[in-house]
Amino acid sequence: MAAIRVRDLRKSYGAMEAVRGVDFDVEEGEVFGFLGPNGAGKTTTVEILEGYRQRSAGEVTVLGHDPAKGERALRERIGIVLQETGVERFLTVAEVLELYCGYYPRPRAVDELLTLTGLEDKRNEVVKELSGGQRRRLDLALGLAGDPDLVFLDEPTTGFDPTARREAWEVIRNLRSLGKTIFLTTHYMDEAQHLADRVAVIAAGRIVAAGPPDRLAGRNRATEIRFTAPPDHRLPDLAGASVTALDRGVVVRTDDPTAVLHVVTGWALERGVTLDGLTVSRPTLEDVYLELTAEAANGQ
Amino acid sequence: MNDAAIAARQVRFEQKAFWRNPAGAVFTFAFPLLFLVIFSTLNSGMRIEERGNISFVTFFVPGIVAFGLVSACYTNLAIRMTISRDFGILKRVRGTPVPTWAYLAGQVASSVIITFILFFLTVGLGVVAFGVEFRTGTAAGLFATLALGAACFCALGLAVSGMCPNADAAPAIVNFSIFPLLFVSGIFFPLDNAPAWLTAVGKVFPMQQLADGLQYAFDPRTTGLGFNARDLWSLLAWTVAGSVLAVRLFRWDPVKK
Repeated sequence: MAAIRVRDLRKSYGAMEAVRGVDFDVEEGEVFGFLGPNGAGKTTTVEILEGYRQRSAGEVTVLGHDPAKGERALRERIGIVLQETGVERFLTVAEVLELYCGYYPRPRAVDELLTLTGLEDKRNEVVKELSGGQRRRLDLALGLAGDPDLVFLDEPTTGFDPTARREAWEVIRNLRSLGKTIFLTTHYMDEAQHLADRVAVIAAGRIVAAGPPDRLAGRNRATEIRFTAPPDHRLPDLAGASVTALDRGVVVRTDDPTAVLHVVTGWALERGVTLDGLTVSRPTLEDVYLELTAEAANGQ
Repeated sequence: MNDAAIAARQVRFEQKAFWRNPAGAVFTFAFPLLFLVIFSTLNSGMRIEERGNISFVTFFVPGIVAFGLVSACYTNLAIRMTISRDFGILKRVRGTPVPTWAYLAGQVASSVIITFILFFLTVGLGVVAFGVEFRTGTAAGLFATLALGAACFCALGLAVSGMCPNADAAPAIVNFSIFPLLFVSGIFFPLDNAPAWLTAVGKVFPMQQLADGLQYAFDPRTTGLGFNARDLWSLLAWTVAGSVLAVRLFRWDPVKK
């Protein structure tokens, strides 16, 4: 069964339609990455799923409930880690966790939450003394207080140093191995690449691509060959590949790298030309993402 | 855990947080007690003839109790709730299964506890240090007025927090809404010789009704149990109005800038 099911979701603010017919499913036990630029309808969509906003039209089911009803039974089973949410500044880490655990029928143990998020040393620290990264880990711990089946993570590692990010990713992977479903929104493509089983990209209120990060928008098929050729040589004919000449070299994009590479290197050997900086690579998730969102922005 | 237990826990943690915040705790307690000491020292030995020859300090204590109640239930609660909303604490709470009533009951009860601590400190200090004449016969009316006043100002505090756009504006709005009333409500000095229109204005608002109801219980001329019907009914009306407004104006989300 799908943990989240969204069909033709729409949301308007006055005359402005922020979400324009969005469909997707999040399967139980997967990490679902939800990507999109600011203002694309991402936050609106997530907040509708979380029950903070009402939709204008469409169908939404979260763990079998309609989040618009604000049912307690649903809130007992989800954990929400928002951006920029405060917490009582004058309580200690352990006290805040104890308070929030008390809101749920089957909470996790405070010690467990502290261990999971690496806050054991900060247990008796007053919240206002915590650093930004520690505060963010506390956010995560609070989101997990009720031992939720589904966790919403909104930009969970913003402001983390690289080590802290890796640690946070480890926590998220652990959650996944416990069978939790995770709905992750992030601006970091490497984060989505590392964590998400599937991603969806929203741009201008619509889903423009969805799939596993490795195969998103034909990413697995497109290969980029880059090199620098001497300026006085005309390149061979590369049928079926897109060639872009940049001032510092050539980018060839192709579905058939073996053949293209053969033609290019054959041509170079024949003429005794060296191809400086020759690389063969697949576009990163970030490349694909930037292309998709730019297309959507231009199409508006 | 049932919902009442959740509310009780909320009170416990609100209290912990309150006493650890030096600014909040000191201001809430220091001002009323400081006023009591200063005014009582300045006017020691003075009696007010028009008021049944009551000693100034005995007249003054219920006014200070009213002032403390308003600080704890209105000013403090309204500012605290606005900060909680502006910082996203309320939004976070909204995402948990805690019932709205249990969370708000925790906030309100915490304010009421502070009010009663302040009451006992003020009256205690008045009796011990300044010879305030405390009447046990009117205690029933006194506590009823105190309880209703607390309910009334908590409701108004929640309503006003809904009107404050953000945490920065809250102290100004809240203090401005209550400060002028303190002076037309006969808290710091009797208004027996003030212009009639001024006292008439004061009487419309719950600040005067609360102070008057509490003073009534300390008044040597009062007979019976100390229930002042006019004040209590007026406070009840304000409580109802405040509650309706609070329900309508209360918001969980920070106001977008």
